[in-house]
Amino acid sequence: MLSALVDIIVYIFLGLGVFFNLLAGLGLLRFPDVYTRLHAGTKCTTFGSIFICGSVILLGLKMWITGDGDGGTLVIHTAGALIAILVTNPTGAHALARAAHRSGVKPVGAVIDDLADKPANKAVIEKKEEEK
Amino acid sequence: MIENFGTEYLVVLSLLLLSIVIALYRVIKGPTAPDRVVGLDTINTIVIVAMVIFGAASKNIIYIDVAIIYALLSYISTLFIAKYLEGGEF
Repeated sequence: MLSALVDIIVYIFLGLGVFFNLLAGLGLLRFPDVYTRLHAGTKCTTFGSIFICGSVILLGLKMWITGDGDGGTLVIHTAGALIAILVTNPTGAHALARAAHRSGVKPVGAVIDDLADKPANKAVIEKKEEEK
Repeated sequence: MIENFGTEYLVVLSLLLLSIVIALYRVIKGPTAPDRVVGLDTINTIVIVAMVIFGAASKNIIYIDVAIIYALLSYISTLFIAKYLEGGEF
């Protein structure tokens, strides 16, 4: 009884994770500029990864309790992979957005750019113009 | 080996593959360089998730270890490409 319930929860989590990963692909395809694509591609894959890794962790817990195979190792290693994704994915997205802004990509439809007056951005832009 | 997988894992892996193909379109088409890097970053995350599913379906824990190392290496590569686009020195 409980085993069947855990199986249903695992399937629901797998479905949610795959749905959000497909949304990430759709956003990459349809959005107009770098920043919105970054928003779709990073947030949706992080959220989907939480659900998929959660389903594998639930599966490992079930295997561990019923004594079927090496469930505990599966749980710990999947949690490690999940923590690696959760730490690295937003940091990489932040670095990419900063790099895109400093390399001169403007958002579609933007009228004013407040960040261009910041000292760090100014230094980078002046240095680039000197090199030219 | 892949014929021992459950049907649900095969469906999930196929849909993840579809998502990777869509992101690959953005990598090939993308108008600017940051667009291509964003597509590559998305592909990296989806590949990590697919490796976790693969490890759970085949009951081989070694695939999940590979996924952890892949996550850290892809993070480092994304950071360095971002630093390069920014035009800073290391």
